[in-house]
Amino acid sequence: MEYFVQQLINGLTLGSIYGLIAIGYTMVYGIIGMINFAHGDIFMIGAFIALAMFLILTSVLGFAFLPVVLLIVLIVSMVFTSAWGWTVERLAYRPLRGSFRLAPLITAIGMSILLQNFVRVSQGARVKPLPPQIQGGVTLFEGNTETGAIVVQLSYMQLIIIVTTVVLMAGFTLLINKTALGRAQRACEQDRRMAALLGVNVDRTISLTFVMGAALAAVAGLMFLLLYGVIDFYIGFLAGIKAFTAAVLGGIGSLPGAMLGGLLIGLIEVFWSGYFTVEYKDVAAFSILAIVLIFLPSGLLGKPEVEKV
Amino acid sequence: MANPANNRVADSVRDAFIAALLVAVLGFFFLALRTDIAPGGLALSTRWGLWFASIAIVFGVRLALNLLVFNRDTPVGSGAGAGLARAAARLPDMSGWVNWAMLAAAVALPFFIMTFFPGQQRQYIDLSILILTYVMLGWGLNIVVGLAGLLDLGYVAFYALGAYSFALLSTHFEFIGFWTALPLAGILAAFWGVILGFPVLRLRGDYLAIVTLAFGEIIRVVLLNWYEFTGGPNGISGIPKPTFFGLEFARGEGGFADYFGIPFSTIHRFVYLYFIILILAVVTHLVTMRLRRLPIGRAWEALREDEIACRSLGINTTNTKLTAFAIGAMFGGFAGSFFATRQGFVSPESFTFIESAIILAIVVLGGLGSQVGVVIASIIMIGGMEMLRNLGFLSQIFGPDFDPVQYRMLIFGLAMVLIMVWKPRGLIASREPSVIYKQKKRIGADMVAQGEGH
Repeated sequence: MEYFVQQLINGLTLGSIYGLIAIGYTMVYGIIGMINFAHGDIFMIGAFIALAMFLILTSVLGFAFLPVVLLIVLIVSMVFTSAWGWTVERLAYRPLRGSFRLAPLITAIGMSILLQNFVRVSQGARVKPLPPQIQGGVTLFEGNTETGAIVVQLSYMQLIIIVTTVVLMAGFTLLINKTALGRAQRACEQDRRMAALLGVNVDRTISLTFVMGAALAAVAGLMFLLLYGVIDFYIGFLAGIKAFTAAVLGGIGSLPGAMLGGLLIGLIEVFWSGYFTVEYKDVAAFSILAIVLIFLPSGLLGKPEVEKV
Repeated sequence: MANPANNRVADSVRDAFIAALLVAVLGFFFLALRTDIAPGGLALSTRWGLWFASIAIVFGVRLALNLLVFNRDTPVGSGAGAGLARAAARLPDMSGWVNWAMLAAAVALPFFIMTFFPGQQRQYIDLSILILTYVMLGWGLNIVVGLAGLLDLGYVAFYALGAYSFALLSTHFEFIGFWTALPLAGILAAFWGVILGFPVLRLRGDYLAIVTLAFGEIIRVVLLNWYEFTGGPNGISGIPKPTFFGLEFARGEGGFADYFGIPFSTIHRFVYLYFIILILAVVTHLVTMRLRRLPIGRAWEALREDEIACRSLGINTTNTKLTAFAIGAMFGGFAGSFFATRQGFVSPESFTFIESAIILAIVVLGGLGSQVGVVIASIIMIGGMEMLRNLGFLSQIFGPDFDPVQYRMLIFGLAMVLIMVWKPRGLIASREPSVIYKQKKRIGADMVAQGEGH
C-alpha cells in the first residue's frame, strides 16, 4: 500500500512533465494537423537553456536565493525556447503549408535531427549533471512491511512540479477559453480558411501556437532538469514520443486530454517499472501508443475525426 | 518610396538584420556559452568569437540571398521556397538506354576503382557497397511509402530482423550459410511485416507513421534486453562471410584465389560483396517495376492516391496494404542479412530510429515513387556524409578540435529540411503513373494532388 502511494506520487510528477510537453503536440496537431516531431527536441533545448541560465545566475552572478533564481531561470528559459519554437515553425513548416501531407512531417524529422545534433556539436555529447537543488519533503505517512519500514514522502521538488503544472494548466485554459487569441486559435482549429475570411491572421495564430507550446515545453525542460539532475542532447526523443503518446491517449486536439494522457502515461511508466521490469518500460509506453491508436483512435477525450469526401 | 530599387535594398538589409538578431537570440545559450563538466560540478565557458562570427555570417548570407537570389516582386522574406517547387524542372523518368547505362556503370565501378585508385580501393568499394545497401533499402521502402503511400517510420525493424535472423541462424546451425539464410531472412521479415502490418491497417498518414516508429523501437528495445537470445547490447559476432559457390575468400588451399589460380588479394571479397548487393538491388528494382504493372501494383498506386475511392471500386484494401508491407519488409530483410554478413557482427546500435529516418529521407528526397531518385539521393546523402570524413584539412582552419565527422548528422538534418522546403516533391519530381490513358491530355496524379487538372 505504502509502496503503491509512493509510486502514485512519482507517477503524477513524471506525468505532469509529459502532460506539459503533450500540450505542445496536441495544440499543433489540432491547428495544422501535423505531428511536430521536433517538439521533443524543443523540450531538450529548453532544458539546456535552463541549465545555462541557472549556472549564469548562481556561479557567475552569485545569486543564492533559490526561489528567485528559479523564477528568473523559468522566465528566461520560456522566452528563449519560444524563440526556438517560432523559428522552427517559420523555417521548416510555414513554407510547406498547403504542400502534400507528408512534407511537413519529413521536415519535422529533419528538424529533430538538426536540433539534436546542433546541441550535440555546440554543447558536447556528454551528459550534464546538476546536483539536486531542492531537497527535503513532507512525510505523508509511514508503514511497516515484512522488509522494513517504508516512508511515503512527497518531496518539495515533486510538490513544486505538480503545483506549477496545475497553475499553468489553469492559466492556459483561461487563455484558450477567454482571450481573443484563444478564440482565434479555436477558430483556426475548426476551419482555417473560414477563419482567414473572417479576419483572423492565421499565420500569426499558428506561430503563437508554436510559441506557447515551446514555452510549456521549456517549463517541462526545467522541471526535468531539476527532477533528474541529468540532461543530454538525446532526452528529447524519448520524452517527445511519450508525450505524443500522452496526447494521442487523451485525444489529440484536446487540452484536458493531453494533461490526462500525460498523467496516465507517467503512472503507467512508473508502475510498470515498479512492479514489472525497468528495461521494458519504454516498450510499455510504445505498446500503449499502438494499442490506443488501433482501438481508440480518437483517444479518451477527443472528438472522432469525421472524414468528408 | 520614390525609388523601388532603393526600397528593395533597404528591405533586404532590414530582413538580414532581423535574421542576424534571431541568430543572436537563438545562439546565445548554445554558441556563446558552453557548459562542461569540471572538477567542482559544471563550469560555464564563453565563446564570444563564435557567436559574433555566426551572427555576421547569417547577416551576410541572408543579405546576399535577398539581393541576388530572392530577386522577386513579392516582398522580401515571405514564403520563400513555396513557389519554387512548381517551377522546378521536371526530369523525364529515365528509361530505356539510361537504365542500361547506369547498370553498366555500376558493374564497371569496382574495376574502375581498382584500376585508378589502387591505394584507396578498399575504402571506395566499401563506400559503394554502403551506398548500394541504402539504394536497396530505399527501393524496398519505396514500395511501402512511394507506391502504396503508407508512411513507415519503422522500416529499420525489418532490416534488423533480417540481420538478426541470419546472425542467429548461422551461429546456431553450422550448415546454414549466407545463401541459405538469405531467403529465410526475407521470409521471416515478410512474415513480421504482415504481423506488424495487420493491426495498423486502419491507420493512415501521420498516425501510421508514429505507430510504425513505435514498432521499430519496440523491436530494438527487445533486441537490446533479451540477453539470452540476442546477446543484448553486445550483439552477435562471428557471422560467416558469404562464399562463392562454396569457395571461401581466404588465403591458401581451396580458397577463391587458389581455385582460379589468381594471386590472393583481400579486395576480392569486397568486390564479391559489391556484386551481391548490386544483384540484390537490381532484383529489388526489377520486382518493383514488374509489380507496378501487375494488378496489385496498380492497386497500391490507387490506394496511395485515394483510399476511399479505392474501396468504392472494390479493391481489397486489407490485402493491398498487407502485401505492400510484406514485400517491402522482405527486401528490408534481404538487405539486413547482407548487412550482417558484410559486418560479421550485429548489435542493436545499428538499428536506431536515425537509420529509419535516413532511409525515409532517401526515398522522400529522391521523389516519392521514383526509382532513379532513390539512387541519386543515396549517392548524395550517403556519399556526401562519408565524404565529410575526408575533410580533415579543415582542422587546419578551425583548429585541432574540429572534427568534421561530428557534423555529419547536423548537415544531414539541415539537408533534409532544406531540400524538402526547396522541392517538397523530391529531387525527381515527376512520378508518372504506371498506367495512363494514351489519348487526350495527360494529367499526372501528382499534379492533381497539387491542385491542378481538376
